[in-house]
Amino acid sequence: MADKISLEKSDRWAVCLRHQFLQGSWNYERMQNGGWCFSMIPAIKKLYPNKDDQIAALKRHLEFYNTHPYVSAPVIGVTLALEEDRANGAPVDDAAIQGVKVGMMGPLAGVGDPVFWFTVRPILGALGASLALTGSIVGPLLFFFAWNIIRVAFLWYTQEFGYKVGSDIAKDLSGGLLGRVTQGASILGMFIIGALVERWVSISFKPIVSTVTQSDGAFIDWTKITGDAAGIKTALTQYASLGANGLNAEKVTTLQQNLDQLIPGLAAVGLTLLCCKLLKKGVSPITIILALFAVGIIGRVIGLL
Amino acid sequence: MNPISIILVVIVALLAGMEGVVDEFQFHQPIVACTLIGIVTGHPTEGIILGGSLQMIALGWANIGAAVAPDAALASVASAIIMVLALNGGSADSSTVITTSIAVAVPLSVAGLFLTMVCRTLAIPIVHAMDAAAEKDNMGAIDALQIAAILMQGVRIAIPAAILCFVPAEIVTNALNAMPAWLSGGMAVGGGMVAAVGYAMVINMMATNEVWPFFILGFVLAAISSLTLIALGLIGISLAILYLGLKEAATQGGGNGGGSGDALGDILNDYE
Repeated sequence: MADKISLEKSDRWAVCLRHQFLQGSWNYERMQNGGWCFSMIPAIKKLYPNKDDQIAALKRHLEFYNTHPYVSAPVIGVTLALEEDRANGAPVDDAAIQGVKVGMMGPLAGVGDPVFWFTVRPILGALGASLALTGSIVGPLLFFFAWNIIRVAFLWYTQEFGYKVGSDIAKDLSGGLLGRVTQGASILGMFIIGALVERWVSISFKPIVSTVTQSDGAFIDWTKITGDAAGIKTALTQYASLGANGLNAEKVTTLQQNLDQLIPGLAAVGLTLLCCKLLKKGVSPITIILALFAVGIIGRVIGLL
Repeated sequence: MNPISIILVVIVALLAGMEGVVDEFQFHQPIVACTLIGIVTGHPTEGIILGGSLQMIALGWANIGAAVAPDAALASVASAIIMVLALNGGSADSSTVITTSIAVAVPLSVAGLFLTMVCRTLAIPIVHAMDAAAEKDNMGAIDALQIAAILMQGVRIAIPAAILCFVPAEIVTNALNAMPAWLSGGMAVGGGMVAAVGYAMVINMMATNEVWPFFILGFVLAAISSLTLIALGLIGISLAILYLGLKEAATQGGGNGGGSGDALGDILNDYE
């Protein structure tokens, strides 16, 4: 084999660029098969000059395929290595190639979903959104660029990794590293979700639990405050030491304030766990969302929320 | 809306629709789509705020396997257009308009879900056509079909967006102004709660007995308002590395003397 056909870096980059559109023709029959074949075309053109070989390769890559669109990159890297061997005469049959694809797509989807959809995107999304809520353009920019830099770097480097190690990677799948990455993502994800529930699920119970008339000195006696600058200073000085309760003679405690003394966000976490239960029972998320709006309206009308 | 804005809105909608299925560049995420629509219609600040609010709700929405999540693309694009129409019509104050747009987004995400399922079914004949093209070694046709399939998903959002653009602004404004306070107030209350659904979806994906304590830690630490989200993220990463390192050391049984230190080093090396 004097003239070995090999895939240059530019060929692999062309595959990587097309691979971004893996899910474009996602269908209920063979899922990502169209996008997969579309991604392989630059490699097929390069490796198989012969028309019949090309037809066979195209058909081979239109088989069923479905995984997480990003962790598919190492799979396509391995497949490129296998196709290259095959084009150079190695005995790699259709079953071997399909076997590697199917063997890798399941375990890798199990890594991609928790890592990207449930850890990286919620964290970047929440980070961007919390900035965006103040009207700052930095929020959307941060989300968009951070995400896409991470994504493209991941797509390219894991595809190269798959291409270099070839079929060896398939053996490592059941090994420790992937498991640890998945579990690490779950830990980080759960931690951040816990924080987000506290920060961003807002429930405030309005009912007034108690109204206590405070003793003299515990509130600002507005009758003694003069209307000039000195009066304002006196009032502010007293406010600084008395706090918000010092504004009125009567101390009003809402149900929410009582709950916050137990632990802030208790109602939010309760609601979240209730949603978990309902989702597990097969209630559609949309139903729950609509029900929450209904609860909000009813709660507002009766003065509870 | 002026014609240039409409054209730009339709382009943003096309990108959002394509991304709704491709899921790479994230043009369909509310924080991106609403911001872009806000910018092209001259209401950037309101668009960013709406995007941020919707993003909080949609954090847990993800397509898993063959299951399709509520559609962020149509929800973000259509609610942003409605918001812009209301603002153009000289509606009361922007915070009410944003709150109402959030509430409108939810039913839209269901409509979008239905549309994307239709498109994913229509993609079946497209891949059959690819089979036929493969038979004839026609790679150009496969490329064209893949691009057509992606555009079909874009058009799924672009058409409703274009139609919405032609609704007179006064109608939207009047509808918003006719809304009684208990309804808009109640929707705001509901909007504060719906984020819980997205988080619950994430929790159900990841929760095992082993990781629940980390949820509790995150929840409790978040009450310290001086900890920013980045700080919390760093705490979470540290906890994950510590836990995995200690667990590894424990399963190795501590046979050799410096076992735990080495195991942690190994983990760190693996993360490089």
